[in-house]
Amino acid sequence: MPKRVSIFVTCLIDQLFPKVGLAMADVLERLGYEIDFREAQTCCGQPAFNSGFRDEARSVAAHFLSVFEDAEYVVMPSGSCASMCSHHFAELCREDAAMLDKTHAMTPRVWEFSRFLTDVAKVEDVGAVWNGKATYHDSCHALRELRIKDGPRRLLRNVRGLELVEMDKAEECCGFGGTFSVKFAELSGAMVRTKIASIERTGADAVVSIDSSCLMQIEGAIRRDGLPIRVLHLAEVLASTGDPR
Amino acid sequence: MKEIRAIQPQLHPTLADSKLQFAVYTATGRLVDKRKSTVAADVLPEYQELRQQANDLKRHAIEHLDYYLEEFERNLEARGGKVIWCRDGKDVVDFVLSLAKRRQSKVIVKSKSMTTEEIHLNHHLEEHGLEPVETDLGEYILQLKHDTPYHIVAPALHMTRYQVADLFEEKLQVPREEVPEKQTQIARTILREKFLEADIGISGANFLLADSGSVVLVENEGNARLSTTAPKVHIAIAGVEKVIPRAQDLATFLKLLGRSATGQPLTVYTSILSGPRRGTEIDGPEEFYVIILDNGRTKVLRDADKRQALYCIRCGACLNICPVYRKIGGHNYPWVYSGPIGAILTPQMEGLDKNPWLPHASSLCGACGEVCPVKIEIPRLLLELRSDIEKDKAARGEDKLEKLGFQGWAKVMTNPWLYETAGAAASWTMLDSGDGGWVRHLPWFMNVGPAKGWSSERDVPEPAAKSFRQLWRERRKAKAKQ
Repeated sequence: MPKRVSIFVTCLIDQLFPKVGLAMADVLERLGYEIDFREAQTCCGQPAFNSGFRDEARSVAAHFLSVFEDAEYVVMPSGSCASMCSHHFAELCREDAAMLDKTHAMTPRVWEFSRFLTDVAKVEDVGAVWNGKATYHDSCHALRELRIKDGPRRLLRNVRGLELVEMDKAEECCGFGGTFSVKFAELSGAMVRTKIASIERTGADAVVSIDSSCLMQIEGAIRRDGLPIRVLHLAEVLASTGDPR
Repeated sequence: MKEIRAIQPQLHPTLADSKLQFAVYTATGRLVDKRKSTVAADVLPEYQELRQQANDLKRHAIEHLDYYLEEFERNLEARGGKVIWCRDGKDVVDFVLSLAKRRQSKVIVKSKSMTTEEIHLNHHLEEHGLEPVETDLGEYILQLKHDTPYHIVAPALHMTRYQVADLFEEKLQVPREEVPEKQTQIARTILREKFLEADIGISGANFLLADSGSVVLVENEGNARLSTTAPKVHIAIAGVEKVIPRAQDLATFLKLLGRSATGQPLTVYTSILSGPRRGTEIDGPEEFYVIILDNGRTKVLRDADKRQALYCIRCGACLNICPVYRKIGGHNYPWVYSGPIGAILTPQMEGLDKNPWLPHASSLCGACGEVCPVKIEIPRLLLELRSDIEKDKAARGEDKLEKLGFQGWAKVMTNPWLYETAGAAASWTMLDSGDGGWVRHLPWFMNVGPAKGWSSERDVPEPAAKSFRQLWRERRKAKAKQ
C-alpha cells in the first residue's frame, strides 16, 4: 500500500466547499495514507477548455502538470476534473510535444477519489456510519468518460445505517455543464428540476455524488425550491462517523 | 456571448410550455427505453462491435468518397438509372421542374426525406404550380399544418393526437377523430388517391450501395415503397455522404439503424431499389434518377477530424437521449437537423459565424456520443467547434470581453499567490456568513453577468470563510502542536 498521496482539492472545493476536501483527507488518513497537499495547486483548466478558450486552458493545465510532476498519486474529489486531466489534457496540448509527454506521464497517476479507494486502496468499507436513506447521482464525466458507476455505490452500501435507493434518472445530466449553467440559465434550471423530481421520487433524505459541481447545481436548486433533501459529496458520507448532523 | 444572450428569449416559450415539455419528454423517453431494450447485452451481445464496424465502414467510405460515388454511378447507369449531380437546392429544384415539365406531371408523391427539407423542396415545387404530397403520416400532418419537422425520425413528435384531430377536422373537413389508428385510416384513404394520381415519386435514401448501384430505403409505413414504385418516375435524393461500399455492409448498418432510431430490430420495410423496370418485369418505375446532393457537405469534408459528422445515419438516438433537446425541442434549432448532431453539422455546413451559440448549448454530458450507432465523437466535436468559434470571433475582433475574462482568469490560476489573494478578497467582500451558507437574493451590484444567470434559477453558495488551504494549514499546525 502506498503511504503517501498527493491531493488536488479542485478550485471549486478550495474556495466554496472546503469541508469536502477535509472529508476526503480524513478518509485517506484513516486508511493510513500520509497526505501531501501542494499549495501551488489551483485549477485543472476545464472552465476555459469547455468554453472554447484553449490557450488559456493550456497555460492552467501546464501549471497543474508542473505542480504535480513528481507526485505518485494525485487524488481528487471530482470525476470531472479527473477526466479533464486524464482525457482532455492530451487534446489540449496535441501540438506541444513536450507537454504531451508530461500529460501521458501524468494520466495514469490521476485518480478520482472513489476509484482510488476501490481500485488502489482496495477498500469498499471505510468504516463510516451515516443514518438515513440516500440516492446516488451519476455525474456525467465520471460515468461516461471515466466509466465510474458501481464503485461509489459499493462504498455507499458499506456505510452503516445508510440505505441506498436508486433514482429512475440517475444517469441523466443535472444540467450544470460549467459556464453552460449561467449562459443557458433557464435551460440549465429546467434540467436540474427534472433531476430533482427524480431524486424526490425516491424519498431519500440525501443525494450523494462525487462531483461538487453537480452538487452545487442540485443544492442551489433544492434550496431555491425549499426542499428538505440534503446534498452531500461522497467524501462527506464516508468521513461521517455517525452523529446525525 | 452576445448570440447566446440573444437566443434566451427564443428558448423561453418552449421551456415554459408545460404541455409541450411533457409531450416531448415522454415521446423521447419512450424511444430511449425502446432503444435500450434492443441493444442490451443479452439481446445483442455484438452491439459494441457493430458500432465499431459501422464507424470503420463510414470512415472508409468518407475517406474514399469520390471513388465510391463514381462506382455507384457506373453501376446504377449500367442498370438503366441515372445520377444527377447537384451542388445545391437550386440544382435539385431545376432538375425536378424540368422533368415535371417534360412529363407534364402535376402531383408528386414524396416519402420522408430530411435532405429535401434542407432545400425546402416542397415550397419551391408549389411555387411552380406542382402539388407535392407528403405520404409519411407525420410529414403529411406537418404539411397540412405548414409546419417543419420537429425531429429527424419522428417529425410530428411534438403533436398530440388531439391536435391532429383538430387539424384533420379543419383541413380535411372530416368528422373529428381522436384515435390514432382511425386518424391513420383517414390519411391513408386520401393518400391512396394521390399515389394513383402521381406521375413522379420522390424519396430520400438511407444508403447508396456502390457495388450494386442500389438505393436502400428503410421505413415503417410502406409509403416509401409505394412512392417509389407506383409512379412512372422515381427520383431518390441523397446527400453525398450516403454511399457505402458494398451491399453486404448493410448487414451492419441495418442491425443498428432500426434499433437506434425506434428500438426495432429491423424496420417494417427495407427496400433495395436498383434502377428502373427492365424487360419483362411487371413493376417499378419507367425512369429512375438518383440526385446526389452536396449542399455544403464538401465543406465539412475539408476538416479531416470533424468530417466524421458526415458518418451520421440519421437515427435520431442522440436527440432522444439529449437532455437539452428534450427541453428545448426541435424547433429552436436553427436548421433542419436538431439535437446534438444538428449542433455539430449546422456550424460546419452553414459556417461558424452563423449560430455560434449552437455548440455552446450543451452541458457536455456525453450521452449523445454513447448512443451514436456509428460512434461519432459528438461531445469532443462540440468542444472542437467551441474552440473554432472562439478563434473565429477573436480573428474578427468580436466578443472580446469573455476572452479578456479568461485571460485574466488564466493569470490568476497560474499564480498561486494571486489565486489565494483573489479568493481571500472574494470571501471578505462577498456575502460571507460562514461556510455552508447560501444566498437567495444577491445585492443589486452583484446581480450581474454570470452571477445573475446563476441566481435566476438557483441559490448562490457563499465563498467559504476560510479556503481549504487555510484550513489545511491550521490543521497542520494543530497537529504539529500535539
